[in-house]
Amino acid sequence: MALPFYIYAQLPSTPGTKATVEASPAAIAGSKENPEAVARGSALFKDKCGSCHGMTAKGTNKAPDLVRSLLVLDDEKGLLIAPVIRNGHKNMPSFGLTEPQIADIVAWMHAQTYAADHRNTYLFLDALTGDPKKGEAYFNGAGGCNKCHSAAGDLKGIGAKFDAHTLQGRWLQPRSGRGATSKSPVTALITLPDGKKVEGVLERYDDFTVSVRDAAGEYHSYNRNNGVPKVEVKDPVRIHTDMLRKYTDSDIHNVTAYLASLK
Amino acid sequence: MMTIRTLTIPAILALGASFLNGQLLDPKKLLQQPTDTWPTYNGDYSGRRYSTLKQINSGNVHGLSLAWTQRYGSGTGISIKSTPLLVNGVLYFTSPNHVWAADAHNGRELWHYQYRANTGSTIGNRGVGIYGNWLFFEAPDSHLVSLDARTGKERWSVEIADPKLDYTSTVAPVIIGNHVILGIGGDHIDNPGFVQSRDPETGALQWKWNTTPRAGEPGIESWPDEYASAHGTGQAWIPGSYDPELNLYYVGTGNPNPVMAEQSRKGDNLYTCSIVAINPDTGKMVWYYQVSPHEVHDWDASVPIILIDGQIDGKPRKLLAQASRNGYYFLLDRTNGQHIVTAPFMDTLNWTKGLNAKGQPIPDPAKFPSPDGSLVSPASGGATNWPAQTFSPDTGLLYVGTNRSFSMYYVTDTDDHPQGWGGLDTTAGTDGSALLALDYKTGKAAWKHEWPSGGGPSHMLSTAGNLLFTSNASNFIAFDPKNGKILWHAGLTGPMTAGPISYILEGKQYLTACVGDMLYTFTINEPNK
Repeated sequence: MALPFYIYAQLPSTPGTKATVEASPAAIAGSKENPEAVARGSALFKDKCGSCHGMTAKGTNKAPDLVRSLLVLDDEKGLLIAPVIRNGHKNMPSFGLTEPQIADIVAWMHAQTYAADHRNTYLFLDALTGDPKKGEAYFNGAGGCNKCHSAAGDLKGIGAKFDAHTLQGRWLQPRSGRGATSKSPVTALITLPDGKKVEGVLERYDDFTVSVRDAAGEYHSYNRNNGVPKVEVKDPVRIHTDMLRKYTDSDIHNVTAYLASLK
Repeated sequence: MMTIRTLTIPAILALGASFLNGQLLDPKKLLQQPTDTWPTYNGDYSGRRYSTLKQINSGNVHGLSLAWTQRYGSGTGISIKSTPLLVNGVLYFTSPNHVWAADAHNGRELWHYQYRANTGSTIGNRGVGIYGNWLFFEAPDSHLVSLDARTGKERWSVEIADPKLDYTSTVAPVIIGNHVILGIGGDHIDNPGFVQSRDPETGALQWKWNTTPRAGEPGIESWPDEYASAHGTGQAWIPGSYDPELNLYYVGTGNPNPVMAEQSRKGDNLYTCSIVAINPDTGKMVWYYQVSPHEVHDWDASVPIILIDGQIDGKPRKLLAQASRNGYYFLLDRTNGQHIVTAPFMDTLNWTKGLNAKGQPIPDPAKFPSPDGSLVSPASGGATNWPAQTFSPDTGLLYVGTNRSFSMYYVTDTDDHPQGWGGLDTTAGTDGSALLALDYKTGKAAWKHEWPSGGGPSHMLSTAGNLLFTSNASNFIAFDPKNGKILWHAGLTGPMTAGPISYILEGKQYLTACVGDMLYTFTINEPNK
């Protein structure tokens, strides 16, 4: 079971050198640290500490990871961290920082640990990697998007309304993706045992009840028992869910790039 | 059916000591099928959540109605995610920071214990374990607390992990002999994972098994280095199952960390996303089977583990089944971990390149989370999740709630040394959710019930009365476990938040369901004569 299933890349010799993650504004707010102190602390850390601990404090061959450090994670208000910075530690010298400077570094480190620990503060990276030309071809061809949508019509200017990540989520799943829509409500056709049919916007539907609001605004509610009465659900955007089984990731990225180009 | 023929010496000694003292829970109850008690998380050690009671049955279930309902945390946002224990007519149940004892006849609160103020995660608590007169539960700040079950008075509390490391203390302890066995949850920031055994009298540590290996230990070769392994998490965050004959405790471990940014943890990442068999007396791992090598989508194997004494190719076998969060059903020989069956139980799964010789899914690197997103089914919540599954020996079917979900999986941290989750998934919708009845021998669905709405991974119980109980978004429902026909339902204020239980009190059978901060208890009420 220990045999690898694919060729594993070697770990880089200097972890943390390709630093990409700084605490987001949401993480700084969540950490309850002063954003200005965090900004000052970030600059100070990179200048004084980054060459050994890495620019995001995740460690290098020269000095340990501080984001997962028990001392940092256990720290409150610098009581544990400040003495280390003030006095030095093992091979680490004392840098002669002032107490406010030390406090700024402590604030930044708390923001960094909060950021790693709270995924709801993460920032998405660039989702705009696709080829807009291929996306356009898919939109008008294999994807069949043009059967319901058009670049000059309902999607005009959509690329200016959303960032790429939000746009990708919304077109993939307009109903339950990021930002639900009620422009295309789910309707249902109910066939009663006597053959009478009732149709309307679906309000409630499970194994025991079904209710719809008809075009006149009237509410119709029925008990259900082992599938009776029969209910046919019509979701005008259901195709977006059905297509999830068919898209390749390239299709998705290309369509996103195409839609993003519709400024 | 599990039969008990042999017990380990420590277990026998522990049983004798408690029984002679005439304490609340006769430890022999832990080795029987549940009838007038529900003495451990799953009712018995097998994890089947099958009740032999049949006073309530498919012939009279139409007369099942409310015996009582009680609310325990009005307006406090409390959610009871604990399977209640039932001992001597008293129900014991929890939510984070809270333990209650209630009279099972009417729900009256006998005592309520509230833990001290703390900043630990309150995501959920799966309940108490009971040993003689003593209750055990995990407090949010990584403590194990023992209470006197008769009074709710605290006996002691001990730290089981660093309270500042953002663990989530969710596990209901499982009592085996004189061992209080527990795990912990939390994958926010790459904390080491473990299973521990504690002394029921003092809380002292008896042993600790790390879910990921350290330098020099078997399995370390499945990580780049010890640092990656020691921060590889793999939390065992729900209770496991136990075979007294083999003296093996079976527990599922969670995802590896960093969760979605896998670049710093190349390898299989043992023993994350695995089913492991541990000797409860020594804490030594006896065998393991990894259901998701190099997992990258948050699909913990910390889901129910069900022990089945069945037949394969006409021969009796001691089996272990898991319908796992990654969408595959696994059947193993529980004596040695030998693989027997792997079968997908949803048709939307798109993340593997097939199975290897040991029946393990081979992850497709093209479906790893990426900066611009990879579309994968299921979503991070999984094909199923921790809620109670059930196996009925009468039908030979394992019942599991499923969701055919899709998500876009994004890497947000491309650092060579990512931390925490390092990524996120955003929902792309669901193709629907179904209750599946899986043939334990093949993993194929004998029948399924598509939910018009609600459903998903819902909590279940099966009984010898030819009944299968579960819930949708707002009903307690009885199915015919043989064919999926709905036989009965009653309204609830929401879906069940923990596994339902059944028991007999003064000769009458009851069912208790937890919904948010409420308990509902049902029985066959007789009209006044």
